[in-house]
Amino acid sequence: MISEELQRIGSTTQDEEDRFEHQILVCKGTACISAHSEQVEDALKAELEHQGLHTQCRVKGVGCPGLCAAATLITVQPEGRLYKEVQPEDAAEIVASIKSKAVQRLSIPTNVPFFQRQRKLVLENSGVVDPEEINDYVARGGYNSLISALTEMSPAEVITEITKSGLRGRGGAGYLTGLKWSTVSKAGGAHKYVICNADEGDPGAFMDRSVMESDPHRIIEGMTIAAFAVGADQGYIYVRAEYPLAVKRLQAAIRQAGKLGVLGNSIAGTTFSFNIEVRLGAGAFVCGEETALMASIEGKRGTPRPRPPYPAEHGLWGYPTLLNNVETFANIPVIIREGSEAFAQIGTEKSKGTKVFALTGCVNNSGLIEVPMGITLREIIYDIGGGIPNDRPFKALQTGGPSGGCIPKEYLDTPIDYESLMQLGSIMGSGGMIVMDDTSCMVDVAKYFMKFSMLESCGKCIPCRVGTTQMHNLLDKISQGRATLDDLALLEELCEMVKRTSLCGLGQSAPNPVLSTLRFFRDEYLMHVVEKVCPAGVCKIHHEEVTHS
Amino acid sequence: MKTTTQTMNRVKTLKIDDRDVSGSEHQTILDVARENDIFIPTLCHIDGLSDIGACRLCVVEIKGSGKLVPACATEIQEGMEVFTQTEALAKYRKLILEMLFTEGNHICSVCVSNGHCELQYLAARLGVDHVHLPYLHQQRTVDASHERFIVDHNRCILCTRCVRVCDEIEGAHTWDVTGRGTKARVITDLNQPWGTSETCTGCSKCVHICPTGALVEKGKSVAEMSKRREFLPYLTSMREKNNG
Amino acid sequence: MLKTKSKSLPLPSDDRRWQLVNATMRRHGYEADALIEVLHSVQSAFGYLDRDAIQFVARSLRVPLSRAYGVATFYEHFTMKPKGAHTCVVCMGTACYIKGTPAILNGIETSLSIHEGETTADSKVSLLSARCLGACGMAPAAVFDGEMVGKLSTEDAVARVERWTTE
Repeated sequence: MISEELQRIGSTTQDEEDRFEHQILVCKGTACISAHSEQVEDALKAELEHQGLHTQCRVKGVGCPGLCAAATLITVQPEGRLYKEVQPEDAAEIVASIKSKAVQRLSIPTNVPFFQRQRKLVLENSGVVDPEEINDYVARGGYNSLISALTEMSPAEVITEITKSGLRGRGGAGYLTGLKWSTVSKAGGAHKYVICNADEGDPGAFMDRSVMESDPHRIIEGMTIAAFAVGADQGYIYVRAEYPLAVKRLQAAIRQAGKLGVLGNSIAGTTFSFNIEVRLGAGAFVCGEETALMASIEGKRGTPRPRPPYPAEHGLWGYPTLLNNVETFANIPVIIREGSEAFAQIGTEKSKGTKVFALTGCVNNSGLIEVPMGITLREIIYDIGGGIPNDRPFKALQTGGPSGGCIPKEYLDTPIDYESLMQLGSIMGSGGMIVMDDTSCMVDVAKYFMKFSMLESCGKCIPCRVGTTQMHNLLDKISQGRATLDDLALLEELCEMVKRTSLCGLGQSAPNPVLSTLRFFRDEYLMHVVEKVCPAGVCKIHHEEVTHS
Repeated sequence: MKTTTQTMNRVKTLKIDDRDVSGSEHQTILDVARENDIFIPTLCHIDGLSDIGACRLCVVEIKGSGKLVPACATEIQEGMEVFTQTEALAKYRKLILEMLFTEGNHICSVCVSNGHCELQYLAARLGVDHVHLPYLHQQRTVDASHERFIVDHNRCILCTRCVRVCDEIEGAHTWDVTGRGTKARVITDLNQPWGTSETCTGCSKCVHICPTGALVEKGKSVAEMSKRREFLPYLTSMREKNNG
Repeated sequence: MLKTKSKSLPLPSDDRRWQLVNATMRRHGYEADALIEVLHSVQSAFGYLDRDAIQFVARSLRVPLSRAYGVATFYEHFTMKPKGAHTCVVCMGTACYIKGTPAILNGIETSLSIHEGETTADSKVSLLSARCLGACGMAPAAVFDGEMVGKLSTEDAVARVERWTTE
């Protein structure tokens, strides 16, 4: 039986770990690798050997503990000592200190809000398990949720459990996951597909990359449970080509899962079969939109099509298709394991569970965080984020990337959920959170996002294709101090029209950064238009020169 | 919303602009509107080809839904209330046409399609008497390498009717779209001069289905290029019969 | 899904890299939906896509030529221009943007006398920008020949590319 097999693997892996008094966990996420964590790992191994401690302490590569700005991060267990900015040269000192006091100059205190205010469900294994080793995932209870869903629950019961949990799609729009699953399960078709949207395209967001790099099996497990629930036989993970490490780890994880028998034909001895293939994106933001994403998997230009028909009924190659994003699938094993009631106790009335955010920009602790829904923006920025460097004044928090908006300081006490962010003219989005201080100009930020949308517009529908270019040109004119109040009025007219008439979410939400900055920072626009001044000193204002010719 | 058992007999009743109308299941809002002489402007739609809902001129309002939907690609629902002529829609449609005028380089007075152009007709009909958006002045090219036809990208509105008729009716798939955003262009084969295309059959369907003067026959003078479209519904129904 | 068995077309030349491309097509059963995967494989083997390659792939997968060309030019990742011996990709994601990558890009552009998206005349360095590398925690970031470098300064970035030009 597979469950005994998992148990055996779990205890062997645990025994193996118990042979060592200490473990040094080295982060091998993209950020830490770029800070030479692999050399740190080698240096630590060599040093353990050198100091004769290799039988008492081992080195293990793990995923991201979150504080990417402090790479390379390592953790010494069981003491839980966390070290930052570790260099290969530090290996000797760290190894020598294992049996004594921590190395003070590298230590990060762990009893601080950055760690204590977080609530880790999706990231529970990140920075703990070796992402390249399925046994490590199994030892932490991995694939137990899948086995219990397959052997103790019916597909309908799984869907009920997900529905009762109140989980909503973590890709941005917040559609109820259980409802989506239920629609796909009811649709008829010879085939059904499950697609994991890992085309994390928002600039300033890296939550999905980190989950894929740190805990790839969690996504596979979540997708397989979903496939069982809706009756799908084939899955695809659509990953950005810009994430080579994530692709490599997912592919390795799929192979390992197939070998163990938790993926592939007759999973866990049941009649249920499910395979997963990784498909590479090729650099098109619009492919985050579900119909465009499916076109891309079919090998076509990633242009969206009108919905309905929805993918749940008419999806990949015309078959019913369930699409969820990485974080949504990563929540599934927890819900099955802990039960929907326990999950639903976290969060707010309408937004349950936790949310992973990529906290970046002008903030002291930048990195990946997971917090319960309902936490306030102020707590995130000032407690977890540790405030703004050099105590500069906070100006805005950007969420939702090019589809979102800028939230000003008056709303810092807003508890985070899908609805409250929407009311502020922003969106939850996939989880990018960029803190801006008084050195950022809101017109420049709006222009930055509009340029992004303009370059990413697929060109299929007219309002988005021409509208984003027109809006960008107007913003450019404003930022150069060449615009009039009529231009500002025209910009607002275009915002409304593009939002209302565009074919897909990219166009419909492209005006959001402009609308939200106009709503909260109109003065700044007027300063550029009327006074020909950029208060933040970012925009290069072209003062009309009197020409004598 | 009221649910009725009428869905069984495949006839659906709805309201368009406060008029009671009916249609059969799977008909689009546009189909039913046209049957009832209700005018909804379109550019990318043409009877006999698949619908892509791209030009957004045919967007309509549905009571109870905040979203606008393309009439060409939205099937009717029992009890639906559709509004095709609101003040907001009129404004949006004019802006869409204005956007097209700023994107391309449309000079009607020297165009072979002057007087036979769908863009020109709609602009007049919807009251686009001036363009208040700045022109983009894009550099676009003309390809006259084909012995009988010309493609003038200055006049192309990217409706992709040529792409679809070539793929869906002629079966040659000579045309497609390259690039994206305002840099997107229709191309033949590997973005090569049309005259060198290996797949083009020279059937001229793309030329006749083009709504503007982007695809035209050689040797026409100003306003001489009128287009024949009668072939399309006939070919479509014959293909359906043969495949069905 | 049932994969139809197809035979491969004659390879365009005896360059061994075509065998890698052909292997990708074979793995996907020469199905049309593998177009993007195969273009990835062409680009990783040859560094860029050209018409001959697109034509070979299109014919092998029985995809219309114009569609294959349309796909190859839709996606930002694919390039029709040969890249230089070295590549620098500057991240233009939001976090990097507000932390100064525009100035870094500017510095490199001035130093190499090329614009973003171009390659130096001696084919030594290509300069690209990315919409987001997902390394926001270490902003500002850039990738030098596949190596991600975070917390980058303009001076450091310029020094790195100048080292390439004087090789």
